[in-house]
Amino acid sequence: MSTERSGAEILVESLVAKGVEFVFGYPGGAVLPIYDALFGDERIRHILVRHEAGAAHAAEGYARATGKPGVVLVTSGPGATNAVTGIADAFMDSIPMVVITGQVPTALIGTDAFQEADTVGITRHCTKHNYLVKDASELAAIVDEAFHIATAGRPGPVVIDIPKDVQIALSRWTGHNGPRRTRYAPQTTAPAAEIADAVAMIAAAERPVFYTGGGVINAGPAASEALRTLQTLTGAPVTSTLMGLGAFPAGHPAWLGMLGMHGTYEANMAMNKADLIIAVGARFDDRVTGRLDAFAPHSRKIHIDIDRASINKTVRVDLPIIGDCGVVLQQMIDAWHHAGHAAADLAPWHARIDGWRARKSLAYPSRGQEIMPQKAIERLYQLTRDRDPVISTEVGQHQMWAAQHFHFDAPNRWLTSGGLGTMGYGLPAAIGAQAGLPDALVIDIAGDASIQMNIQELGTATQYRLPVKVFVLNNEWMGMVRQWQELTYESRYSNSYSDSLPDFVKLAEAYGWKGIRIETMDELDAGIQAMIDHPGPVFVDCLVVKEANCFPMIPSGAAHTDMILYGDDVAGTMDDAAKALV
Amino acid sequence: MTDPIAEAQERHVLTITVDNEAGILAKIAGLFTARGYNIDSLTVADITDNHEVSRITIVTHGPPSIIDQIRAQLERLVPVHKVVDLTEIGPYIERELALVKVAGTGNFRVEALRVAEIFRAKVVDTTTESFVFELTGAPDKIDTFVALMKELGLVEVGRTGVVGMVRGREAV
Repeated sequence: MSTERSGAEILVESLVAKGVEFVFGYPGGAVLPIYDALFGDERIRHILVRHEAGAAHAAEGYARATGKPGVVLVTSGPGATNAVTGIADAFMDSIPMVVITGQVPTALIGTDAFQEADTVGITRHCTKHNYLVKDASELAAIVDEAFHIATAGRPGPVVIDIPKDVQIALSRWTGHNGPRRTRYAPQTTAPAAEIADAVAMIAAAERPVFYTGGGVINAGPAASEALRTLQTLTGAPVTSTLMGLGAFPAGHPAWLGMLGMHGTYEANMAMNKADLIIAVGARFDDRVTGRLDAFAPHSRKIHIDIDRASINKTVRVDLPIIGDCGVVLQQMIDAWHHAGHAAADLAPWHARIDGWRARKSLAYPSRGQEIMPQKAIERLYQLTRDRDPVISTEVGQHQMWAAQHFHFDAPNRWLTSGGLGTMGYGLPAAIGAQAGLPDALVIDIAGDASIQMNIQELGTATQYRLPVKVFVLNNEWMGMVRQWQELTYESRYSNSYSDSLPDFVKLAEAYGWKGIRIETMDELDAGIQAMIDHPGPVFVDCLVVKEANCFPMIPSGAAHTDMILYGDDVAGTMDDAAKALV
Repeated sequence: MTDPIAEAQERHVLTITVDNEAGILAKIAGLFTARGYNIDSLTVADITDNHEVSRITIVTHGPPSIIDQIRAQLERLVPVHKVVDLTEIGPYIERELALVKVAGTGNFRVEALRVAEIFRAKVVDTTTESFVFELTGAPDKIDTFVALMKELGLVEVGRTGVVGMVRGREAV
């Protein structure tokens, strides 16, 4: 059946046809027709944020926690530019997202009209693809292709910019999205010969390590299952990037912890001494590799990735395998059985790893009644683990402490801004995750500086009765900035002190949240428990030791073997070459 | 481990077939700028009757690892159908068109015309004191021609940039 519908109505019908449940957005002049089409529509739930950056991060959190693409709806000009940080964030972390932006009417494009911005131009290099819709008749097919592009291959954000006149124009709606163009079809299955080579290399290795990343999470829960199965078959230890936490259970004896700049000693040493690295859905980021010419110098490398451009970008590998992590891991399991490989005797390798583990690189001193931030995370983990919580973070020391001391046994429980490193990500991401998983315990582990970057979203949680929890490690500093100034700039703390902090408890209460302040060790467990027990949103202001630093740490420009552990004397300066490295 | 600085620089000619949609040229040119790749020349024109597909030819240079990255980065753009590295698959032909304006009188003028004949350049405009030559050829032929004309009253040069095609009967 075919009827004439407005562009805005066709958009809404197309979103429903794609199974969209939630839209995170903020209205404005150039999207009024779409908002009118959404009015009273029970099929799509619109979550009204307080700032468009919040909409994009909420959509990211929703996508990361549920595995479904997040949808954003914002107006032209400032609506779109405010969303750009979240779009860039999703691009770096490969989060499937479709962003619909309003645009000034076609006839006004290019005239510097009110609230006009070249959205397609601005987002060109931080989206997988973007569209400027010229005709309402193209809308249904564009929406369909946009969701396909956002979710297929290496996921990412797609922007659809719709001029206001196109939203109003009438066009034929056939009741479905129509046939899809076939131009985007990434390779998901790898050639059998590459798989056979890979499993033979693993079977022959004496010191293998799985180095896994966000690609395993993006490939869906089956990929995490396949990773566990392949690990069991091969016996190789597993480390992961920040983005990959949860793909392999942290409670497993073969788990090395996170690797990289704030990774564990055993993970980084294992990478350095390995004879075979199996990179799965990870991209050899500079935070992972440290100094490139000293990265895993004795190893051959297999790199499994759906994005060909991630292979040989910074680190040259011996066997590239292009494909979906889940599919390729399953192919490797089948090939392992087919070839009759048996797990090699890795006992000497595991014994060496145990030696590195004995350094207890995550250890930290105790400070009596003062709360060490690591201790706060540890207690938060112990008191919430039976609830299978979803954790989001902001960016900084608290993020790294959470990665180190909160442990994950399943994928899609850990939402963090890895690539772009966006402060202000955590609260809206938690809101998005809570919308998608209404029964889950969702906690944003935050810092006193980061939380203020999108603190207006407290109101969003209140409005939709989303019982998210915010747990702030309050040290009155931009802690990671202060830590770098201590290590690199002789403790000249330029603009890193969080002056004039608000009373977070009162602020939370003003927004209709419950506020809790934790000041001493004696109050820690009770405060966390009170947070868990409260059915609504709770803001915990946990005052922690102000000068605590995040260790272990590989200083910028150093090798994996040059880790700083707690108790090492590190304050000082660096030469200009080291300072230039981020 | 890759150390691009230690690798020798290579010149490569890439042909890219793309959906002829708004912004595609900005997307490709911007990719080169954003990632610090080099563009020595870039040409583009649509090549199908329905104007749906364009062919872009880019001449670039860099170490082999970067050339490989350029290809991979181009290939993952949604509107890009195919990227062919002519230098890699060779042998291939590359051609460029130049318009070269030369002004002068007397012996200079005679000599300019003589050199143009040797290079098989066409005279496409003339006054009593000037010529505009049209010259087609590989870039180094045009370079040589322009260098000679510098001594003979060169006024202005316009070049199209390279288009390339693999030799033999097959399409790539």
